[in-house]
Amino acid sequence: MSLRILVGVKRVIDYAVKIRVKPDKSGVITEGVKHSMNPFDEIAIEEAVRMKEKKIAKEIVAFSCGPAQCQETLRTALAMGADRGIHVEVAGPQFDTLQPLHISKMLAQLAKDEQIDLIIVGKQAIDDDCNQTAQMTAALLDWPQATSASKIEAKDGSLQVVREIDGGLETIKVKLPTVVSADLRLNEPRYATLPNIMKAKKKPIKKLTPKDLGVDVSPRIEVVTVEEPPVRLAGAKVENVDMMVEKLKALGHA
Amino acid sequence: MSQQSRTLYKTMLHLGKDYPGGYPYFRNKLKNAFMKNSALKDQKEIDSAIARGEFVIKELEALYMLRKYRALKKRYYEE
Repeated sequence: MSLRILVGVKRVIDYAVKIRVKPDKSGVITEGVKHSMNPFDEIAIEEAVRMKEKKIAKEIVAFSCGPAQCQETLRTALAMGADRGIHVEVAGPQFDTLQPLHISKMLAQLAKDEQIDLIIVGKQAIDDDCNQTAQMTAALLDWPQATSASKIEAKDGSLQVVREIDGGLETIKVKLPTVVSADLRLNEPRYATLPNIMKAKKKPIKKLTPKDLGVDVSPRIEVVTVEEPPVRLAGAKVENVDMMVEKLKALGHA
Repeated sequence: MSQQSRTLYKTMLHLGKDYPGGYPYFRNKLKNAFMKNSALKDQKEIDSAIARGEFVIKELEALYMLRKYRALKKRYYEE
């Protein structure tokens, strides 16, 4: 088998950063905040690279949509082992209201243009937590889907995928071409080392606009308000067991 | 500074950008560690110092991976 894999990567606020909401509640503060690749997308890239190392895949194309800084995210993907990148530039207010449906349409169009056999994406991004892109891409292409994958095995013309579902695992077989979304336990992504990032600078990144892919990204939604989660209230100390029981009774727990 | 140790230093500096204790702290520590070994002349000793550096790189990568994995697990998976 020699598959051509398309991997979607998203640039998100780094997982270790404390998220702050803008004072006017229109969104979260992104200026001067560390960004990195969505961790689930790292897992997706890693899986594609491992498939290439096993000679199941012949080419890995990394795709990212967003402002110019997305090129850095693509570089990381290339440093991890992707062969080339595609950057669809969307910036400013249009980027703020960009929805998974737009990304799905772009992925679907790219899959046709680049003769892709397998699309791997992270199951969700850690910023909007949508968990929609893989499903909608599969629907748009009329391809089978294997979401929340925790193990992938290629068998000629199909994939056997172990999926994480509520309370257990499900094993399914999907025919190629297909769309897979990566769950946390699929693999342990490698670190993009400095030498590899340097080498990745030689790999090509194609720049496109949403128009090139026939996708209309004009805003259809309006963000009404973004609010911080409620602050956890402080607890109270009790002197002894009797007092604790009393308190619990007062709260209706016993 | 030999080419080999220079590459090691650069690679480690790059890794330090993700260090939980902050980049300046890491950079200081790294510089001190390299300065301590700057007088080494014997090739064998230099090699073993570089091997130690490469071991630290592996440890750091493992640390970052585990930290990220744990953070995500805590956020998205109940157990």
